Amino acid sequence: MSGKNNRRREPLTDAQLLMTISIGIFVAMYVLAMIFLGGGFLKAQQIFDLLNDNSYLIIISCALTVVMIGGGINISVGGVIGLTVMACALFLNGTGIAAGPLGIVIALLLALGIGLAFGVGMGFLVSYLEIQPFIVSLAGMFLARGLTTILSVNPVKVAHEGFGELVKAKIKIPFLGYVAQNGNLIPAKIEIGTVVAICVVILMYLLLRYVKLGRNIYALGGNRQSALMLGINVKRTCFSSYVISGVLSGLAGFVFLMHKPAGNASVAMRSEMDAIAASIIGGTLLTGGVGNVIGTFFGVMILATIQKIIALSPLNASWWQEMASGAMLGFFIILQSVVLSNRGKKAKN
Amino acid sequence: MSSKKRASSGLGQLLIPLIALGILLLFNLLRDPSFFSIGVAVNNSGNQVLTGNLISIIDSASELAIIAMGMTLVTAACGGQDISVGAVGAISGAVLVKVLQAFGAITGPTVLLALLVSILVTILFKLFNGTLVAVFRIQPMIATLILYSCGRSIAYWINGDATPQLNSPILSAIGMTIPGIPVPTPIFCVLLVGLLLALIFKFTNISLYTQSVGINQGAARLNGINPTAIKLLSFALLGVCVAISSLIGVSRLGQLNHKTLLVDIEMDAILAVAIGGNNLGGGKFKLSGSILGAYIIQMLTTTLYAMKVSPVNVKAYKAIVIIIIVIAGSPVVQAKVSALWKKLRSGRAAASKEVG
Amino acid sequence: MQNDVVLTMRGIDKYFPGTRALDHVDFTLRKGEVHALMGENGAGKSTLIKVLTGVYEKDAGSIWVEGSEGEAHIHSPQDAQNIGISTVYQEITLCPNLTVAENMFIGRTSGGTVPWKEYEKRATEILNNLGIPARAKQELSRCSLAVQQMVAIARAVDMNCKVLILDEPTSSLDEKEVEMLFKLMRDLKSRGVGIIFVTHFLEQVYEVSDRITVLRNGQLVGEYPVSELPQVELVAKMMGKDLDDLEDMEAVGAKSAGKAEVVYEAQGLSSTDCRPYDFAIRRGEVNGFTGLLGSGRSESVRAIFGADRVTGGKVRVKGSEVKISSPHDAMKHGIGYLPEDRKRDGIIADLSVRDNIILAMQVMKGFFHPMSKAQMKEFADEYIKALQIKTASQDTPIKSLSGGNQQKVILARWLLTHPDYLILDEPTRGIDVGTKLEIQKLVLKLAEENMSVTFISSEIEEMLRTCSRLIVMRDRKIVGELTGDQLTQGYVMKTIAGGDQ
Repeated sequence: MSGKNNRRREPLTDAQLLMTISIGIFVAMYVLAMIFLGGGFLKAQQIFDLLNDNSYLIIISCALTVVMIGGGINISVGGVIGLTVMACALFLNGTGIAAGPLGIVIALLLALGIGLAFGVGMGFLVSYLEIQPFIVSLAGMFLARGLTTILSVNPVKVAHEGFGELVKAKIKIPFLGYVAQNGNLIPAKIEIGTVVAICVVILMYLLLRYVKLGRNIYALGGNRQSALMLGINVKRTCFSSYVISGVLSGLAGFVFLMHKPAGNASVAMRSEMDAIAASIIGGTLLTGGVGNVIGTFFGVMILATIQKIIALSPLNASWWQEMASGAMLGFFIILQSVVLSNRGKKAKN
Repeated sequence: MSSKKRASSGLGQLLIPLIALGILLLFNLLRDPSFFSIGVAVNNSGNQVLTGNLISIIDSASELAIIAMGMTLVTAACGGQDISVGAVGAISGAVLVKVLQAFGAITGPTVLLALLVSILVTILFKLFNGTLVAVFRIQPMIATLILYSCGRSIAYWINGDATPQLNSPILSAIGMTIPGIPVPTPIFCVLLVGLLLALIFKFTNISLYTQSVGINQGAARLNGINPTAIKLLSFALLGVCVAISSLIGVSRLGQLNHKTLLVDIEMDAILAVAIGGNNLGGGKFKLSGSILGAYIIQMLTTTLYAMKVSPVNVKAYKAIVIIIIVIAGSPVVQAKVSALWKKLRSGRAAASKEVG
Repeated sequence: MQNDVVLTMRGIDKYFPGTRALDHVDFTLRKGEVHALMGENGAGKSTLIKVLTGVYEKDAGSIWVEGSEGEAHIHSPQDAQNIGISTVYQEITLCPNLTVAENMFIGRTSGGTVPWKEYEKRATEILNNLGIPARAKQELSRCSLAVQQMVAIARAVDMNCKVLILDEPTSSLDEKEVEMLFKLMRDLKSRGVGIIFVTHFLEQVYEVSDRITVLRNGQLVGEYPVSELPQVELVAKMMGKDLDDLEDMEAVGAKSAGKAEVVYEAQGLSSTDCRPYDFAIRRGEVNGFTGLLGSGRSESVRAIFGADRVTGGKVRVKGSEVKISSPHDAMKHGIGYLPEDRKRDGIIADLSVRDNIILAMQVMKGFFHPMSKAQMKEFADEYIKALQIKTASQDTPIKSLSGGNQQKVILARWLLTHPDYLILDEPTRGIDVGTKLEIQKLVLKLAEENMSVTFISSEIEEMLRTCSRLIVMRDRKIVGELTGDQLTQGYVMKTIAGGDQ
């Protein structure tokens, strides 16, 4: 009896359902924007702009999704971005090897190294000393922000020539471009950071879906005690999730620098909360065990699109953007709560 | 075994924060005994006031201590933290100023009335958070993320772009000192809120109910407790705390800046709760721990300032001290240390036996 | 004979500060047998199992497992699994958010990636092979508890375990599910797996086991083939005393309440989880709701207490019509309710024994009328003495008490409120035989003192001993009300199963 209906499609899991909802809402929102606002939204470049401007946010949102699936939280990601941006900017402005093309590689390694150090440190405190992740990553955030200003209180602009090239470098796709008023074809432009961000999304998807570590993270978030009994090294899994999020924040810092080549004390301020919001909108539950980076990607896009819509509307002002994002987040949170509790009731009967 | 131990010593939870405070005091004593000197000076409104680092620590920690008390209740009842207190505090301030501006005159009664309106509005905002948490069963941090991200915009929307100046002896009496009393008024505000909560604890069952709901909501309900009401109550009380802190914050500067009023206080308040040895997962709690936590945080900041650390860099040093405190408070570390201690002791005992 | 032995434990000692949890215990498990491990709470069953599975380290003694050279060294659950000892606990130890297949393989395969196709193929094979009604791709949270338990067993079996420990696997299953589990156990037995079965249900022991090992106070009482140890003797060996107590009870029996005043009466009472039904109970009466798990017996009494959302019905308490829509309403009208799931719905784990005792009383006094500390202490002391609750002090958190003592605390909580009508849903589940008897006696004593009691238990014998009237439920409907001569095990069983067919 059990074997025969194996072919039958399984009903959507909670995570899949929530992700589907957010993709649906993103598409609906975008189509409405195309119809009512037209203009920029009709060009493919609009999507690429959203991606280019938010590539760092996509990366740290993935970082948060991984940690949140494992049942943790990491609010240091924005701080780590600030620190890496400042450190890399200062390094690239140095002399000797830093000024050459090799300097860029070393700067990238520096960014990843800073992220790794934060990930290892926080991961150790959370998994092996069992300290509350919120407090640990709060301390991580303070530390990163403090170190940033210790490095330099004043803004630091990157003067490195080779890096300047990297900042300007864009992938051009002619057939997605548009014809400007003067009749020239302007190809669609994609920044390197966007490519990196997309790669991160794909890699994290594969990690969470097909690599044992990824599945162990789900198990950990689903039920820590059970994961332990199932023979999973719970501490190491938890530790790894923080290391991944740390390294990703370092990478996000480098991507940020490629987008805006200057460090200052307020870089990516409060972006950790945007990343958490994006994860949640994409269907990740803070309680752990449920979530998916594809959803998170659309979470970022939803937040970015709202801001763009407000910017193009008569309400253009930062406070309206904030209020709209807040309202959107509230809408998703309540929607999820209602959807999940209805499913719970159905499953019970 | 260990749980028995913890239950029997009421001081247990406060041990680590007390030690931390002691070490900070000792450190300052060794570094520069003048840190503790208390003097009398005349401030710019012509009042005699006590000065000195200790006074300034206790004074500046007031907003934090008050909010930390409310945060403790929310943490205990809901098993999560409210990260929107700073942003909602900006709203409370905006409402306060709006009402005062509507009256046109800043007098005792108008301030009182404005405070009442501000408390009321703040409670409403907190009940919005509370409803999401208690009725829609959303994790507190997520539920309060909404107002965290748009609260300051709402404050802006209420009061416009300007940073209204409020010059009034009444407000400076609240934010600084009352003429004739050399102790800063915010300290009295903390005492007042503390006393109020103590009275509420004495004459109601809020402590037992809150802990029951925080530990086992289902069981609490089957014993006739209404978990939704208790959670909403904890948010409402936090609202009162936030509104009072906001009044102090506005009065201190004599102006409203919706961007900086009580900024980042949510993080410090959560820290205070954690440093005070309270479980951020809810359940059993000690208000005294959180208050102690608030003063430790301020003591740390003031110490760093006294050591000529630039204000923008303070965060880094603060982070290190926080990490040390939470490591010391970690059950894993405590278990390891006590095991090591036992080993040492038994080793010594064995050695002394051999000698004997 | 010796070749058949798969596990031997000899002279196992385990000390805890202040107590000797295991005192030279021997245990032998043979291939293809179901071996029941019996004993009261605190007898050392779970300590022995935890030593065997590497959760605790033994202080002395040795363990041999067939297939591994020399003594087995078990220092962690991982070690135990590696030498072929698997455990399935009462609480499901799988991850609800993963699929069935994944739950079967996670944490025990080599390589860095997840071969989904292979997982699903192998899982489907195993599920079919063992006749477990689940699909490999199904999310575990969508399976019933019994199926989840079976998936856990399937996982253990696939790990080529030689020793399978089932720790209270049946306590949350209904009769049909228990049957399914037993079928699986017999199947595994025939494949040569040695099964250690820990349970509180005596009847189940006799249904599936081949041998019984009895422990008492950390010492081995003996090992017996099932056929040579009648149930009464087993109980006697577990308790280490004569069965006078039991017989006393039998003699007391339950008397009918006759024409006493009706304390509680409901017409067409229904809730989100139970269909409309009528019910009444008289002063000093002990009645019972019986039926299989899932028959609606718990849901019915929960409706009386307002524990689920009440959707309709007229309720009269002592003759006057009242509205009970929340536990608080019920408490105000003198109704108390001891819930079925002690851990989930009963205890407030981190609070002290004292706070747990006074909780309901305090709530009834009201939010604005806290009791004085002295009064709380007095009440707590009184009931700790009266119910002989074994606790280090009033301040001990209730979570560190044994199951039976926790249950007594919850009982004390309700007795303190002096209810007119007390509902006890499975008060004896998962607690030792001695405490079970104490609770049954207490119920009868309360009835004599004019309290009305509804008593629910999975063990029909227990209900026959205490109740004068049994309401039988099937498929969420009342199918019979038995009194007097009808109160025999056979007749009750027949009614539960549907005697008319």
